[in-house]
Amino acid sequence: MAGALNRPGLRAAALTLPLAAFLGVTFLAPLGSMLARSFYQPRVADGLPRTLALLEGWDGSSVPGEEAFRALGAELVALNRQRRLGVVASRVNRLRAGMRSRIVATARALEGVDPESWRAAIVAAEPVWAEPEAWLAVRRAGERVTDRHFLQALDLQRGSTGEVMAKPEELRIYVPLLSRTLLVSLAITAICLALGYPVAFLIANSRPSRANLLLLIVLVPFWTSLLVRTTSWVVLLQNQGVVNDLLVALGVIGEEGRLALVYNMTGTLVAMTQILLPFMILPLYAVMRAIPPEYLQAASSLGATFLQGFARVYWPQTLPGVAAGVLLVFILSVGYYITPALVGGRTGQLISNMIAYHMQQSLNWGLAAALGVILLACVGALFAVYSRLVGVERMRLS
Amino acid sequence: MKRSGERRSAGPRWGCPAGIWSLVTLLAACAGGCAADSVTVVSWGGAYTEACRRALFEPFTAETGIEVRVDSFNGGLAQIRAQVETGNVHWDLVDLEFADVVRACDEGLAELIGVDQLPPAPDGTPAREDYYEGTYSDCGGGGVYYSGVVAYNREGFPGAKPSKLEDFFDLERFPGRRGMRRSPVVTLEMALMADGVPPEQVFGVLDTEEGVDRAFRKLDEIKDEVVWWEAGAQPPQMLADREVALSTAYNGRIFNAQVVEGQPFEIIWDGQVLDFGQLVMVAGTPNYEAARRFLLFASRVESMAAIGRYISYSPTRRSGLDLIGTHLATGVEMRPHLPGAPENLVRALRNDPLWWADHHEEMTERFSAWLAR
Repeated sequence: MAGALNRPGLRAAALTLPLAAFLGVTFLAPLGSMLARSFYQPRVADGLPRTLALLEGWDGSSVPGEEAFRALGAELVALNRQRRLGVVASRVNRLRAGMRSRIVATARALEGVDPESWRAAIVAAEPVWAEPEAWLAVRRAGERVTDRHFLQALDLQRGSTGEVMAKPEELRIYVPLLSRTLLVSLAITAICLALGYPVAFLIANSRPSRANLLLLIVLVPFWTSLLVRTTSWVVLLQNQGVVNDLLVALGVIGEEGRLALVYNMTGTLVAMTQILLPFMILPLYAVMRAIPPEYLQAASSLGATFLQGFARVYWPQTLPGVAAGVLLVFILSVGYYITPALVGGRTGQLISNMIAYHMQQSLNWGLAAALGVILLACVGALFAVYSRLVGVERMRLS
Repeated sequence: MKRSGERRSAGPRWGCPAGIWSLVTLLAACAGGCAADSVTVVSWGGAYTEACRRALFEPFTAETGIEVRVDSFNGGLAQIRAQVETGNVHWDLVDLEFADVVRACDEGLAELIGVDQLPPAPDGTPAREDYYEGTYSDCGGGGVYYSGVVAYNREGFPGAKPSKLEDFFDLERFPGRRGMRRSPVVTLEMALMADGVPPEQVFGVLDTEEGVDRAFRKLDEIKDEVVWWEAGAQPPQMLADREVALSTAYNGRIFNAQVVEGQPFEIIWDGQVLDFGQLVMVAGTPNYEAARRFLLFASRVESMAAIGRYISYSPTRRSGLDLIGTHLATGVEMRPHLPGAPENLVRALRNDPLWWADHHEEMTERFSAWLAR
């Protein structure tokens, strides 16, 4: 063991162990547990084991027998006493809205009632138990391993006989949002490249003192709080904001024709491009600085025009920087949610805003996890295509 | 205290220098001891938290010596659930919307405290009878009524002024952008009322698929003109900036802008949606005794009425209304500004927190799909 540690490669690897352990605890473990939540949902199965066992052989079209009512009654009363009923009820409610309060009311109505008459008492408390649909919802919610979050995240649903089908048009939300997110991220990446490339070129080919000043200009917004930058865009772009006031004062637009520049997709595009621009400029600059200016001079001395020299000599050498910048900006923008939440309004929301909603508001962590898995898979697939086209080994940050 | 004792016995084994160790135990003892003398109360921020600070937090500290630490949030149960499930509870009391009080209580996220344990009214009426019907639970105390209303900036309407809920949806007579909360709550109810559904039938209509479609069809009429807000402080700001001509808002925030800041705002009480909230103790709070004392203090009618002297939210107990006189800072008579004043209740909807506890998720999904189109 001591001998093995003397080998320099192993010793270096051993030094990274704290980081590996840190990543394992703070990144891989939470990620794994999140992924597991997207298909593993034990709460209802643990809460109603006997009822669910009895429902296993049930045909799903008639009302279950006396025994199922008794098992349900006993388990609801027990859950209520342990104060675990609300969680189970909420899970069933996701499959059939309205069941939450009915389950809670049923459990309360059974307190002190003789178990012999529970069937009548349950139906009297909530007539919904005389319909098979209520029991179907309980059975579906009780699936320990389930695909329903993934179906929901792909705007699919199960019909009454269990076949998978698309949701009605007006209820489709996640797939359009996902494709919008990918398109917006591509657009932001393209704009960042178009805006950042000339800036990086200018900085890389300036005198050191001027280059430092220009770099500072790029970096200062980078050091400013994200929230401050985002809200300053609201000040600039809003209806009565600086940009609109200026345009009105210059007579470009009339008082009535003020442009809607914020709280829509325009706002999201503008603010995110500005926020992500340094991530494009810095890798480009790092690569360009290493390209000797003599190469372009040599090209022109051999008779190439500037454009020819740029296209055949300079641009190919900057590709590693382009590749790094494009990847950084794209991946950051796919997961962005603070900026779209603040300036996106109705039409500028991205998929991550929906994930945040399910994490923070609806508490449907299973669905949030499924959306996350799908987003991760999309980014993974795009990355695979990208590395085929560009080659990850060519990517360089400096 | 138990924790610090354990640490003291562990000290010598670790071989810490005595001086440093005594400092550590001192700090640990303070962390345990000091925490018992303070409670963390989580509220909604802005003018409302300021009112609670004056009406509840400071008097409570003066009476009991227990310090109140204030934190703020935007509603919902996610943070409470995370704290309870990980066993790392650092919020003691949270001010929740009633639909969330119900859910928190059912899911075991809040400590139980029956309404019969709350203090009676000054005339001896038990709390159970003094609270308005349906405004108490097995887990909550205190409680205020607030209201979702339509408000506008007078300067935006030099001629005819909007006066009823229907005017909010009338882009021809009252052109201009509209502010609405990015949530189906209050939004769907107002759409149905403006479409002619009487307040008492709104939730019955929403129970049907056609009813929900009807609400969204009404919202379609103004969809392109709506600016969606999320924090309660946004509508007064958007009205002041004339970013919107009319906006839905919490009545207390508009009151604050009108009376304290002197903004030319008007509230349209017609079609208001009355709602209420309560304080709950987070399950497993390490400061249970102090938290309970605070909850009982906040449930006294005098405390609940005191909030109404700083912001126009009224108590959920019958005996509280008479104790609210004038706004303390400006001397303005409060009653006409309260959502419960009879002249403001001509056409008003009482929110149904139980309906929303069941349907919030379903409606939000539908609402998000509608918004994104």
